[in-house]
Amino acid sequence: MCGIVGLFLKDKSLEPKLGAMLAEMLVTMTDRGPDSAGLAIYGGGGDGLTKITVQSSNPGKDFVDLDKDLKEAIGKPVAMKIKSTHAVLEFPADQVDAARSALAHLRPSLKIMSVGDALEIYKEVGLPKDVAQRFDLAKMGGTHGIGHTRMATESAVTTLGAHPFSTGPDQCLVHNGSLSNHNGLRRELIRLGTTFETQNDTEVAAAYVSQKLKEGQDLGQALESGLDDLDGFFTFVVGTKDGFGVVRDPIACKPAVMAETDQYVAFGSEYRALVNLPGIEDARVWEPEPATVYFWNH
Amino acid sequence: MQTFDLAARGLRELNQTLHTLNGTTNQTAWEIVNTRGSHAIAVGVDAPLDITVRGTTGYYCAGMNKQATIRVKGSTGPGVAENMMSGTVIVDGDASQYAGATGRGGLLVIKGNASSRCGISMKGIDIVVHGNIGHMSAFMAQSGNMVVLGDAGDALGDSLYEARLFVRGSVKSLGADCIEKEMRAEHLELLEDLLRRGEADAKAKPEEFRRYGSARKLYNFNIDNADAY
Repeated sequence: MCGIVGLFLKDKSLEPKLGAMLAEMLVTMTDRGPDSAGLAIYGGGGDGLTKITVQSSNPGKDFVDLDKDLKEAIGKPVAMKIKSTHAVLEFPADQVDAARSALAHLRPSLKIMSVGDALEIYKEVGLPKDVAQRFDLAKMGGTHGIGHTRMATESAVTTLGAHPFSTGPDQCLVHNGSLSNHNGLRRELIRLGTTFETQNDTEVAAAYVSQKLKEGQDLGQALESGLDDLDGFFTFVVGTKDGFGVVRDPIACKPAVMAETDQYVAFGSEYRALVNLPGIEDARVWEPEPATVYFWNH
Repeated sequence: MQTFDLAARGLRELNQTLHTLNGTTNQTAWEIVNTRGSHAIAVGVDAPLDITVRGTTGYYCAGMNKQATIRVKGSTGPGVAENMMSGTVIVDGDASQYAGATGRGGLLVIKGNASSRCGISMKGIDIVVHGNIGHMSAFMAQSGNMVVLGDAGDALGDSLYEARLFVRGSVKSLGADCIEKEMRAEHLELLEDLLRRGEADAKAKPEEFRRYGSARKLYNFNIDNADAY
């Protein structure tokens, strides 16, 4: 069991409240996933800058002067925002590859959570309410975001085993369910050049989607391909720089409910997660059909 | 009319309060407010109560119901009226997956659509759905009746036993051992009664339905299939 929440805003006036709305939805899904929680939040972008979100198990040491060291390494300005065990580093977009290799050299123990113009990912083990507080999720703004509460069934409860997973720029994926052919797919993706951080099945699904995007498919096509190639139970919610998609396996036993108004499109594993959204009483509420790809973008 | 504020007083108190009414005759009208998608609302009731649930519910609303009439003025999450024994459950909105699963008696009415696995393993319950039902509905259904005014999804009635299925719209596909059967006078009579009790008689007429049931080919071991095992 796991819990998923997602929110895609149509009404710009809600953007400053995105983090607060998602944090509340996330905490409501604690019963479905009390061991870890995470949030992918999209905002900004289009300013010629890129963000790398990094995680450290020793932030008191790793984050000291990290911005200065990175600036020196790439020779361009770097802004750093530290949130507990995570830090977001922002720098000119054309420096992504340079920054990645510099980071691997400067702080080899850092883990990269996400890379992208708009995406930041925060995730840790612990109760969703504690995770939300640790990163101050409620204060974050943005255009769309996806949250996950995890009840691990097939790999360890670790920070890197928590969702969302990101394996491509501005891409992320969360999962409720379990895959049965992930080991074979992982080998195939490794052969194609993907590196994996965990033994987690969801990371394989995220990497699969990234691979399909790299091959030129759009997100909708990548998710359609996933219906053929991924075996197991899944409700996936995926995010891209300007979009938000949902797909369930053909058996569709992992729950999902969606709501749409003029202001937003919302996803919850249960209706409970949606009850505090504005205007939910008059929203169009429905259950996504099995083996059907849903997608919204700005 | 007793009003119970679920957000203020909590689920345990609600269900305990309803359970203690077993065998009593007063306080039969109840209204539950502030449901906020909560799970297990009015589960295990065993008294002739009239309960109105105002709002949308989570999992297992009205599960194991005996005797009570439970009306949900909203939609329900998975497993509404699961294993109902008797009484009536009426959902004004949609129902999520496995509505009426394993139900042994009583009547479940869904005025919107029901999702996948509606009536899975039903064992005597009657289910009337005004809208559509999803895939794998009435899987291994053993007895009782299912009436669908709209369409049915994939694999209707897979591995069906003796439940009767009546569908007015299209059936995307029939499951293993489920076939269309002749509609006889006794079935039209049965349908008329179910449509009336399911508050659907103004929307549909018995003659508009088709009947599906078991071909009874999976009942017994078939020696011709021995090679397959």
